Amino acid sequence: MIAGAGAVLAASPSMAGESTRIPAELPDGTRSIARFVNLPGKRRMLRLTGRPPNYAAPVNVFSDVITPNDRFFVRYHLDNVPSAAAMDGWSLSVSGDAVERPVQLKLSDLLDLSTHQVVSVCQCAGNRRGLIDPHVAGVQWTDGAMGCAVWRGPALKDVLNAAGVKKEAQEVWFEGADKPLMDGTPPFRKSLPMEKAMDPDTIVALTMNNAPLPLLNGYPARLIVPGWTGTYWMKHLTSIEVSTQKLNSFWMQTAYRVPAGLFPVDKPFRSQTNETTVPITELVVNALIAGPLEGDEVERSGFTITGVAWDRGAGISRVEVSLDGGANWRDALLAGSVGRYAYRRFSLQTGALRPGSYRLMCRAVSQTGEKQAERMKVNPGGYHNNVPGVVTVVVS
Amino acid sequence: MRRWLAAAVAVLACNTALMCNATLAEEPAALMPGAGADVTGAYCNVCHTSDYIVMNSTFLTGDQWKAEVTKMRKAFGAPMDDATVAEISAYLAANYAVAAKP
Repeated sequence: MIAGAGAVLAASPSMAGESTRIPAELPDGTRSIARFVNLPGKRRMLRLTGRPPNYAAPVNVFSDVITPNDRFFVRYHLDNVPSAAAMDGWSLSVSGDAVERPVQLKLSDLLDLSTHQVVSVCQCAGNRRGLIDPHVAGVQWTDGAMGCAVWRGPALKDVLNAAGVKKEAQEVWFEGADKPLMDGTPPFRKSLPMEKAMDPDTIVALTMNNAPLPLLNGYPARLIVPGWTGTYWMKHLTSIEVSTQKLNSFWMQTAYRVPAGLFPVDKPFRSQTNETTVPITELVVNALIAGPLEGDEVERSGFTITGVAWDRGAGISRVEVSLDGGANWRDALLAGSVGRYAYRRFSLQTGALRPGSYRLMCRAVSQTGEKQAERMKVNPGGYHNNVPGVVTVVVS
Repeated sequence: MRRWLAAAVAVLACNTALMCNATLAEEPAALMPGAGADVTGAYCNVCHTSDYIVMNSTFLTGDQWKAEVTKMRKAFGAPMDDATVAEISAYLAANYAVAAKP
C-alpha cells in the first residue's frame, strides 16, 4: 500500500464503470497536472494539488447515495496537515466568554455523551469551480468535491452544554489541528451562529460510514454541519469557543463570502453579514448524472441514466432529465430518501433510441420549489455552481 | 459504540502513522524555465506546490496574477518585499497569463 503511494494510473478504457476522463471544461493548466492517483487510505482520486492536498472523486462514485470513505474528497487550505500519530492523546477544549466553565474533553468524554447519527452531503463551496466559463481563480474543482456519508457522534449542543452556555452567547468558534506554516498566515478558524450550533443535527462526528474518520477527512473528530457548505465542517477539531462576539477571521470576513442576496438562504448568518456581502452558508439545490459517463457508447435498445440530487435539507421533490441538451425534459424516477440532507438517487430508462449523439442533462427541484440556476450566478469566489452539466453519449 | 470505536481507532492510528508523509511527499509540478522561475518556486513552494500556479493557467491576466501574489503577501503573510512581488508577478505574467482584454 505504502509503496504504491502517489502512483499515477494510466487512463484505461478497460476500467469498467470508472471515469477515466479529466473534464475538457477545466482550464488547460489544470488538465496538464490533474491525475487519477491512489493515495494511502484513498482509492483512485483526481489529484488537483499535492500540498496542501486537494483531491476530487471521479463522477462514477456518485452512482450510490453513500460515498465510501476511500472515495471521499480531500480539501485543505493549509499545508501543515497533522499525522494520525500527532492526534494521539487528542482532546477538545470548550471555552470562551460565553461558557460557564471551560472544559477539556477527551475522546472517552465524548463517547459518554449520547450518540446521534446524520446522513449528510458534505460539499465544498467551490465544487465545480473549474467548470465555470470564464474561469475563476482557486482550486479548479470538478464535480467531485463532495460526498455523502453516515456521520455519528455527540450532538454539538451536548458538547457545548458540558461547559454550560450563557444566554448572551452569539457565535461558536471552531479551530482544528491543521495549521499554517508561516506565522503571518491566518489560521483556519470558522464560526456558526448559535441557532445552527444548537441544531440537533449539528454533531461532532467520531465515525464516518461506521469507521473512524480517514485522516484526510478530519480524524479523529470533525464538525458536521448538515445543509451548509464544507468550509464549516472543521476537520481535526481541537478547539471550540462559545462567544458573545462575532469571530474576526480571514476565513469568515474575507474568504468564503458571496454578494448579498445572490443566493437563497433560509436563515441568514446575521452577525457575519455586512452591507454588500454575506458568508456562504447553505447549499443550493443541485443534481448530477453519475452514469453513463461522458463519451460512453450506449445501447440502441435503451439505457438507464442514474445520478443523485441534493439540497440544504428541504428535500428533493423532482428531478428531470433531458437527452437533447435541455430542449425537452422528462421526469426521472426518485428512489426513497435516506435523509433530508443526503443524496437522493434518481433514474430514467430511455427506451429505444436512434443512432446518434445524445446530450444528457439533469436538473432538480427542492421541496420548497427552489430550482437550479440556468446560468452561473457570477461571484468572485466561483461558489455555488449548480448549473446543469452535459454528458454526451453515443448510440451506434 | 464505545469499545468498538476504541479498537478501530487503534488500528487506524497504526495504519496512518506512516501514511501522511507518503501522501504529501508528491512531486510538485515543474515550473516553466525562465527569468524569475527560481525565486517563484523558492517563495511559493514554502506553503504550496507549484500545482497551484499551473492549475490556475492560462486564464488570469498579468494584473490578476499580481493581485494573487499581493494576496499571498498581505492576506497570507508571505515574507516578500516589493521587489520580490514584482519579480514573481512578472514571471507569472510572462509564463502563465493571458493577454489583457483591450
